[in-house]
Amino acid sequence: MLNQPALVAGGVNVFKYAATQTFYPLAGRMIPWFSWIAAALCIAGLYVGFFVAPTDHQQGEAYRIIFIHVPAAWMSMFIYVVMAFWAGVGLIFNTRLSHMMVSALVPTGAMFTFVALWTGALWGKPTWGTWWAWDARMTSELILLFLYFGFMALQAGIDDPRRADRAGAVLALVGVVNIPIIYFSVKWWNTLHQGASVSLTSAPTMATTMLTGMMLMALAAWMYTIAAALHRLRSIILEREHGAEWVRHYVRTQA
Amino acid sequence: MNWGSWDNFWAMGGYGLYVWGSYAVTLALIVAEIALLRMRRRAALDSLRQHIGAQT
Repeated sequence: MLNQPALVAGGVNVFKYAATQTFYPLAGRMIPWFSWIAAALCIAGLYVGFFVAPTDHQQGEAYRIIFIHVPAAWMSMFIYVVMAFWAGVGLIFNTRLSHMMVSALVPTGAMFTFVALWTGALWGKPTWGTWWAWDARMTSELILLFLYFGFMALQAGIDDPRRADRAGAVLALVGVVNIPIIYFSVKWWNTLHQGASVSLTSAPTMATTMLTGMMLMALAAWMYTIAAALHRLRSIILEREHGAEWVRHYVRTQA
Repeated sequence: MNWGSWDNFWAMGGYGLYVWGSYAVTLALIVAEIALLRMRRRAALDSLRQHIGAQT
């Protein structure tokens, strides 16, 4: 550590790069684990979903879209909550790694939001007779997609990374009010979208094997999200910390 | 669950377009995201190498 010129040059904070330097290799070791667990859970979930779970007596085979639709919709909301949490931590404690974590989560959150909307349209057509309706659930989920895109556009439009971090964090925190609106929309309003089949307060209203397939896919989506976000976080660290001695040293060791 | 034949499996009881349309797009997006993640890492490393090379 003592041969780091940053220690003396211009009074740069000794600990400025400590968090990212510690986290970078740790994230690198975790990525393969989360990736393989995600793949295994996905295979198990698809197997249960297509070869174990029975045909739905009302919707026939169309219901099998549930194995992506519900996990994607859950992740779209959950990723936003995690983002808002790190945005809050970043604003309060001024920790750069927290802000980088927020940026690392956004594209994956946008991806899952789009998947939830897309699979919802393809599920709505055969079951409700329409691809889309401006009901509370669907409209608030669309707003979520715009929040993710808005975050990316906002950060891309600000050159100074510290200002981009703060502006993004404020957007993430303000936008989080949309999450309970999405979640409770099917209770608060009379929506075309059905109510929750799985909730914390009551027994699920679906066959056990269907539920098992859905939960395996939800866990797979979780693990995938962690792997993808950590991978993106490592790239962001390299992009942002190009002045750090450990980054320079690391790049020299990479073929 | 016994589908009887692969034809039945791909037909999804007449909902094949909707079911496979959902799965195909999701798969494509995940593959695209993984490709973008790798490109971003490579670009970051390349740019750092140039940066270091220019200084020494």
